[in-house]
Amino acid sequence: MNDLSMHILDIVQNSISAGATRVTLTVDEAPGADLLTIVIGDNGKGMTPEQVSRLSDPFFTSRTTRKVGMGIPLLMDSARQSGGDVRIESEPGKGTEVTAVFGYSNIDRPPLGDVANALMLLVSSNPALDFLFTYRYNGEEYLFDTVDVREILGDDALKDLTIIRNLEEMIKDNMREIRNC
Amino acid sequence: MSKIKSLDELRQMKARLESEMDIREKSNNPDKLVQIRVAMATCGIAAGARAVMNSIIERVEREKLPVIVTQGGCMGYCYAEPTIEVKRPGEDPVVFGHVNADKAMEIIDKYVLHGELVDGILPVNYQTIQEKI
Repeated sequence: MNDLSMHILDIVQNSISAGATRVTLTVDEAPGADLLTIVIGDNGKGMTPEQVSRLSDPFFTSRTTRKVGMGIPLLMDSARQSGGDVRIESEPGKGTEVTAVFGYSNIDRPPLGDVANALMLLVSSNPALDFLFTYRYNGEEYLFDTVDVREILGDDALKDLTIIRNLEEMIKDNMREIRNC
Repeated sequence: MSKIKSLDELRQMKARLESEMDIREKSNNPDKLVQIRVAMATCGIAAGARAVMNSIIERVEREKLPVIVTQGGCMGYCYAEPTIEVKRPGEDPVVFGHVNADKAMEIIDKYVLHGELVDGILPVNYQTIQEKI
């Protein structure tokens, strides 16, 4: 994975496969505290403690099309090489929360990449699901919720690529603004 | 075009945005749409599926092509990622392997728009070693 937004694209697929209807993504850049934290939460079917304990094993997967599952192990690798780690909390029937922490200034931390693009690819491919995106930079916060967009423009809007492009630019602008203040 | 900065502005520009939307027309003719599914599991993403998907979406949006673009999971073709599956209306889906942005444009120009096959099709009878044993 070249950047962290690719990990986000990848890990959110797990939430979607788990039947989630609402996915929350939080990206918290805290250069002051020298931490970068990504939290992905969902209301999918969740996992048993036994399943959670085996997640770091690349040869464990709930899928049947093939016998390996690399998503979480690769994320752990990226986090640990930059002095961070991954924590997974899950409960059957409730959902799962994956927290990945990275050392912000660590030379081995992959760049964040284009999070707004990753998010909007997920939104446009899964227009029936709701996504809440929270972006923080040194404590400043920006929120984007597809529920709001639905309310204003209707359900079809999230399937429309022109709307998606406009929303992506809006999110990018807001993220840039927070970073610069 | 002016940029939208907030949801309030989105509300104000509702009418203009709706006039630009072509999704209603698409929803009315679902049987005429081509479906393109970009495999976006770990293997696909690591191999560059995001760039492929972005280039396809940009083209479909710009030219308002009768195409729906979605993400798919891993189909077991990890060796040939990025892969895209194209389903033309009334036809069997075709999977193309080793796709990059340029190849995706060739697939749109020839196969999506005109049904003309291009190189890089993964045979449907492909089996993994495990399936053969």
